[in-house]
Amino acid sequence: MVRVEFLGPIQKEPLELEIKNLNELAKILQDDKEVSEWLQNSAVAVNDTLVASLDVELKDGDKVSLLPPVCGG
Amino acid sequence: MALELYDGGLDVANILKKWYEAESKSNYGAFVPFVGTIRDEDGIEGLSFDIYEPILESWFEAWQKKAKAKGAVIKMAHSRGDVMLHESSYISAVFSPKRRVALEFIDEFVEDFKASAPIWKYDLKGSKRIYAADRSTAISGSGILGVKK
Repeated sequence: MVRVEFLGPIQKEPLELEIKNLNELAKILQDDKEVSEWLQNSAVAVNDTLVASLDVELKDGDKVSLLPPVCGG
Repeated sequence: MALELYDGGLDVANILKKWYEAESKSNYGAFVPFVGTIRDEDGIEGLSFDIYEPILESWFEAWQKKAKAKGAVIKMAHSRGDVMLHESSYISAVFSPKRRVALEFIDEFVEDFKASAPIWKYDLKGSKRIYAADRSTAISGSGILGVKK
């Protein structure tokens, strides 16, 4: 299972999904009304490292995080 | 590691004193602090912050490495949770051998902090905590999950 976490203001509980890569995750989240509006402006991290492309394989125990727009300070 | 997170508003005087005293004999010629304070505007009672610590730490470590390469050191403190008007939620500082490095680094560091550090800001109004969407910046590389194939 891959754990998917939604950070900051995205009001959504984590998901546990049987997925093999980020392309599969993109399809699932694009169909999820709770989160689809955040996809255009959220960054993606796999195991706490930001990624720049969907060509990332996932394995059992991996963690994917969605980071919406930030504003520290 | 010189990244400090605190619940609520920062004790600015003590944090700056601690940093100053820690480096006062380190032979740095310049110490440039930046302090961010919550202003009374738009009817807010304060601000509130969420932080994602694992990525904040790796972001900060990358900056610390850049500073070290120039003989400098960066320190940073930030609040978690609620910070009320006229309290401070953010302090960063650069110590460097000569002034130019510290003055340039603090500018670049604070700008990248605003654009990249995984911290989310909310306005406190009445009993509500409202995400500051219009003041927030998408992290570089955002949007990949939204591309339809």
